[in-house]
Amino acid sequence: MKETKYSICGMCAVRCPVTVQVENGKPIWIEGNSHDGGMGRSLCAKGGAAFAQRLDRQRPTAPLLRRGQRGEGEWREASWDEAFDYITTRLNPIIAEHGGRAIMFSDRGGPFADLRQAFVKALGSPNYINHDCTCGRNVHHASKSVYGLGRKDFAYDYENARHIVLFGRNITESLKVKEVKSFLRGIKNGARVTYIDPRASVTAGKASRYWQIKPGTDYALLLGIAHCIVANNYYDTDFVEKYVNGLAEFKAFLTPYTPEWAAGETGIAASEIETFCRELNEDRPKVIIHPGWMLARYRDSFHASRMIHILNALMGSIEQPGGLFYPKGPKDAGKSGLKSLAALVPAVNEERADGCGSRYPQWDKGAGMLQTAYEAIDSGVPYPVKAYFVHRHNPFIAMPDTKEQRRILDKLDLIVAVDVNFSETAWFADVILPENTFLERDSILRTEKGLKPGFGRRQQCVKPLNNTKAGWEIYVELAKRLGKGDCFPFNSIEDIWQYQLQDTGLSVSDFEAKGFVKLSDKAIWFDRDKLKFGTETGKIELVNQKWEAMGVPSLPPYVAPEGPPEGSFRLLFGRNGYQAHGMHHNNPILCDLLDVNKLWINTAAAKKLGIKDGDQVRVTAGDEQGTIAAYVTDLIHPEAVFMLHGFGSDVPAKKRSFGHGLADQMFMQGKLKEWDKAGGGLNLAECFVTVTPV
Amino acid sequence: MSKYIVTQNVADCIGCRACEVHCKEKNNSGSGAFYCRMIEVTSTEAPLPRIDFVYLSCFHCEKAWCVDACPTGAMRRRDKDGIVYVDKKSCVGCKACITACPWTVPQWNPETGKVGKCDLCMDRIDEGLEPACVTKCTTGCLSFTTPAEASQTARQAFAEQLLQNRR
Repeated sequence: MKETKYSICGMCAVRCPVTVQVENGKPIWIEGNSHDGGMGRSLCAKGGAAFAQRLDRQRPTAPLLRRGQRGEGEWREASWDEAFDYITTRLNPIIAEHGGRAIMFSDRGGPFADLRQAFVKALGSPNYINHDCTCGRNVHHASKSVYGLGRKDFAYDYENARHIVLFGRNITESLKVKEVKSFLRGIKNGARVTYIDPRASVTAGKASRYWQIKPGTDYALLLGIAHCIVANNYYDTDFVEKYVNGLAEFKAFLTPYTPEWAAGETGIAASEIETFCRELNEDRPKVIIHPGWMLARYRDSFHASRMIHILNALMGSIEQPGGLFYPKGPKDAGKSGLKSLAALVPAVNEERADGCGSRYPQWDKGAGMLQTAYEAIDSGVPYPVKAYFVHRHNPFIAMPDTKEQRRILDKLDLIVAVDVNFSETAWFADVILPENTFLERDSILRTEKGLKPGFGRRQQCVKPLNNTKAGWEIYVELAKRLGKGDCFPFNSIEDIWQYQLQDTGLSVSDFEAKGFVKLSDKAIWFDRDKLKFGTETGKIELVNQKWEAMGVPSLPPYVAPEGPPEGSFRLLFGRNGYQAHGMHHNNPILCDLLDVNKLWINTAAAKKLGIKDGDQVRVTAGDEQGTIAAYVTDLIHPEAVFMLHGFGSDVPAKKRSFGHGLADQMFMQGKLKEWDKAGGGLNLAECFVTVTPV
Repeated sequence: MSKYIVTQNVADCIGCRACEVHCKEKNNSGSGAFYCRMIEVTSTEAPLPRIDFVYLSCFHCEKAWCVDACPTGAMRRRDKDGIVYVDKKSCVGCKACITACPWTVPQWNPETGKVGKCDLCMDRIDEGLEPACVTKCTTGCLSFTTPAEASQTARQAFAEQLLQNRR
C-alpha cells in the first residue's frame, strides 16, 4: 500500500515542510511539500539524505549507559526501563539536596521547544537554555534594544527588494530553501545585492557588489555608511520623524565616522561607500540590510547588528513590501493560538544559574546563555548545578575550546544526552537516550508565523527501525517517573495535539490534507501609519535609555580590532549547503560529497610562507595543532584563514568521519570566556592561528 | 541524444549538491559514484568573483561510445526515446564503457562490481514524472525538457531581457 504523508524535515534547524511517500511501511520518496507554494518540491541535500540517516547504524540505536570513564566510549546497551531508572535514581537525590534548579537543559530552540521547556519547568528548574550564544543572540538583543522586538519579529521580502545587503549572511550556503528561492527571484526581478565578507562564499558569486572587508571591521563600515546616509539626507524623513527617537544624538555621534575614515579601517574605498549609499537612497524603502543570522563572531557584533537595525529604520523599510515585515501570528488573523504546554506547569521563581535577567539584566531569560551557565557549573555560584540534559545539541563543537568544556562538564553528577546521532557531546554523557529520526517521530504542533500565519505538523511517517523513542515520549515518561505526571496529562501525541488545538476551532484531522493549516487566505500587512514597537516609548530607539541603564551604551565609539600577530591569521569558519553543524558529516551519502575540510588562505599570504595550493600545512594555536591541505585563493582576505565547520570529529563510532579534517573550535583556547558583553554571543571569530608549511 | 535534455540555469544554481544527493538516494549508485555532478568553476578576477556550478550528467549520445564498446550488450539505448541505460543483469563489470566514453560518464559501483549511469530516472519518466535531480532541485535551476523546448524557452527569456533593457 502506498501512502503520502506530510511532515516537517528535521535534518537541520530550518525544518522545511516535506512530503514523504511510504510503501508497505518503507519510505520510498521524499520531496518538498508542494502545497507550500514557496517551497514547491524542492529539497536540499540534507533533506535528501534523510533515508540514509535512518538506515545508518553508526548512530545510537538503543539506550546506552556509560561503562568506562566519561568520553572513553565504553557503552552498554540498556532497556528503556533501565535507562529511565538510571536517570531517576541519580536525579532524585540531586533534587532532594540541591533543588530542581540544580538541573539544566540545553537544546537548539525552534518551534517544538515548548514541550522541553515544560519538562524543565516541571522539574522546578529555571535553567532551560538554547544554543543561541553561538548563533543569533547578538542579533536578537540588538533588535530588542532598537525596536523592543526580537530578531524573529522581522522577516524579509527578498523577492520584491531593490537592494539586498548581506554582512556575511551567506544565504546560498547557510541554506533555507524558501529563503534562497525568494532571494534568487529578487535577483531575477532586478535587485542589487551587496555582499560583505572577508571570504567570498557562493553568495558573493550571486552579488552585484562584493566587498572583501578587513575581518572584524563591520561596525566601522556601518558607521561610515550611517554617516554618509545622515549627512546627505539619504533617509526616509517621514518614517524617521514619525517613528524614530534620537536622530540628533545619532547625527552628532556619527560626525567623526566619515566614509574616508571607514575606508582606513575596513579597506573599502570611500568612493565605493558613497556610491553604495547613493544607491540605497534610490532603492529605499525596498531595501533589506540583513541584521545577521549567526552573528556570534566579534566582540562588537551586537553593535554592528544594532547599526544594521538602525539603518533599516532609516531606509523606512519596516513593514514594507521589498523590505522587512512582521511575521504575523494567529492573533493577527483574528484567531487563537496553540495552547502552551509549559502553561500547564507551575511557575518557577528561581534566579537563573546563567544570570540572564539578574547578573546580566539585559539578556532575555527565555533562551538563557550557555557559557555563563558553564561558569555556574564550574564555580557553584549562584548555586550548584549538578545535572545536564543536552537535547540534540552539540556544545562540544558549537562552543569554543572543547577541552575546557570537558573539564567543566566533568564536575556534573549526571549528563543525559538525547540525540539521533553520536554527537561529540553525547559521547561524553553518562546516558544516551536515542531519539527517533524525524521520519520516525511525531512532534508537538508548531506555529508558523508569516504573512499568512498558520500551524504545521510533523508526523511519524514510518515506524522506528531501532529501539528509539520520540522526544515527547522520552520527556513525558521521565516527568511521570519523577512524580510530575500531573503536568503532562497526556497518553499519546494525539492527546497533546488536541490540547494544543483546544482554542483554535481546529481538529487534528485538519492537518491531513496538506500537513499545515493556514489561518488567513490573504497576506496580512499592518497599517504603516499605525506601527507599534516594543520599546518603552513605542518608538524605534537609536539611543535606548533602558539599555543604557543596564550598562549597554547605545552608540559606543569604535575600537579597532586587534590585528593578527606577524605570521598569524584570524581563524574564520562557516558551512556549505550540504553539511550543517557537524550533524551530517558521517551521513553515508553526505560524507561522500565532502569528507575532509581545507584551509583557505590568501594567495599573497601563502606565497610569503612558501605554501602552494594543495600543500599540507600545520595550523597551531597554543598547544593545539593539526595538519590540513591548503586551498590557496584570492577569495579570502590576507589577514584571515577559513575552514568549514564540523570536521575533525573525535568520536570513533562515526567511522566515515572520525579524524577527518580539522575542528575550528579546538583552536579557540580560552575563548569560552570571551563574548560580546552587550549581546552575549561568543566571539567565535576572535581567534588567531599560525600556519606553517609541513 | 535522447529526445530529452536536462538544462541548467547557472545563474540560479547555488552548488548545494541536492541534485547529486537526490540522484544517489533514488538510484543507489554506490559509494563514490555520481550519475550527475556539479562541477565548481571559480574565477577571482576583479571586480567580482565568479563562483559557478555546472551540471554534468550523461549526454545520452545518439551514437553512444559506451553502447558500442560494451561486449555484453548491457549498455543499451532505449528505442522509444533514446535513453542510454545499463541492464544490470548483463553487466560483467569490465569497465569498457567507462574507457570508451569521452567524458568518462559511466560510474563504477564498488558495492555491486557493476557500472551504473544516469537513465534520466526512466521509471519516473514512464510514470509521467521528472528525474529526481530536476524534481527536487533546491532552486529550480534544472529543467527536464526537449531540445526544441529548451531552445524556445531560452529565446523567450533572451527576448524579454532585450525588451527590459530597452525600457
